[in-house]
Amino acid sequence: MKSFINKSRVKSPWLIHFDCGSCNGCDIEVLACLTPVYDIERFGILNVGNPKHADILVVTGTVNHRNKKALRNVYDQMPEPKVVVAVGACGTTGGIFREAYNVVGGVDKIIPVDAYVSGCAAKPESIIDGVIIALGKLAEKGKKVDQGIFERLENTQNFIKNR
Amino acid sequence: MSMNEVIAVLAAIFVAPIIGGIVAGIDRKVTARLQGRYGPPLLQPFYDVFKLFGKEKMIVNYWQIICAYMYLAADVLTVVLLALQSDLLLIFFVLAVGGVFLVIGALAAESPYSQIGAQRELIQMLTYEPLLILVFVGIYLETGSFKISDIIANYHEPLLLSLPLLFVVLGYALVIKLKKSPFDIATSHHAHQEIVKGVLTEYSGPYLAIIEISHWYETVFILGLCALFWHTNFIWMAVLLVVTYFGEVLVDNICARLTWRWMLPHAWTGGLIMSFANYFWIYEKIK
Ligand code: SF4
Repeated sequence: MKSFINKSRVKSPWLIHFDCGSCNGCDIEVLACLTPVYDIERFGILNVGNPKHADILVVTGTVNHRNKKALRNVYDQMPEPKVVVAVGACGTTGGIFREAYNVVGGVDKIIPVDAYVSGCAAKPESIIDGVIIALGKLAEKGKKVDQGIFERLENTQNFIKNR
Repeated sequence: MSMNEVIAVLAAIFVAPIIGGIVAGIDRKVTARLQGRYGPPLLQPFYDVFKLFGKEKMIVNYWQIICAYMYLAADVLTVVLLALQSDLLLIFFVLAVGGVFLVIGALAAESPYSQIGAQRELIQMLTYEPLLILVFVGIYLETGSFKISDIIANYHEPLLLSLPLLFVVLGYALVIKLKKSPFDIATSHHAHQEIVKGVLTEYSGPYLAIIEISHWYETVFILGLCALFWHTNFIWMAVLLVVTYFGEVLVDNICARLTWRWMLPHAWTGGLIMSFANYFWIYEKIK
């Protein structure tokens, strides 16, 4: 039973796409993944609009001081196990907006990121690749959900320590 | 209870969700093919539900839990009553109770999205329930009984031949009940159509899984209802079911969604006119 649930986690990731101040280049590429050419539903991936139903948070664009709260909020609303994919040069590091006065930087400044997708704009193929890498992490985290809260938060603690 | 009844109840409880899940899988596959995509594997609905069971339990308040379970219980009961060949009106009321609990659960959360979804779900119920009653009354006028067992025992030709218009009305009601396009007003199976996720916004994790399983029971119930229109011959019954369900998927894919302002008057006028035309026909035949 447990192993089937774990297998299902990898086979049915629902992703929510959060546009965190992207130039829309990456957004269009994320949506392109849904079209018949790439069809991510082959892998059981659904694009949902509700963080409470989602397993994977796909963030495009830089984080700025305004929307970092929104990003945090969306992340907190997702039930465990969950993973984050940062898409594009902006999502991973801040990209060309990095030096701007209002920009905090990459997504990982605010929430823990499990997979990075490079490119400006990132190609749909590489976005799908990034999601698949994140799925591996999702399976690992899935096993941890059944453990206690301290083990579960281990990653976050390490992240804070190493920052 | 005789042995047959026990078997029927067990089949309704344990086999129905499996059939419902597979039908949902076929539905998604056919939908993908109609859109020129490859589509998810056939067992995808099962993966989805088991994944949801494995997620963290996140609730807004305890009402949601009760409502999710009551919704499931009501839907299981409709399928069980159908398998026991019970009274159509009784089945109808149990179905309505289940729908109401889904709405109450959504209203219990303060989120505006689920509130709007719940109001829309109420309007959808308001639209399809009179249509269902009209269909059941038509069946009664034709066969002289609301009880499915009596209908099967005493009526020996397919109902579809004498109630073709009412079958169309039933199809209309079922598109609304299954929340398929163009009537996916309260919540939608496709991404990014509804405001967040309508009625289902605040249900998450295992409770969403429970609601998903209830949907499978509902699908089986609806197919059972359609099967009643050709109960004399098994092969024709299967053909009727396949054609009806494919029709619903097709309509789902070729229609854009409509607002409730369009749905309510058109469903009611269309449904009423067709039902009364059919009643008139029955009346002429009897006379
Ligand atoms: S990475 Fe490039 S395409 Fe993507 S949001 Fe940043 S600037 Fe736009």
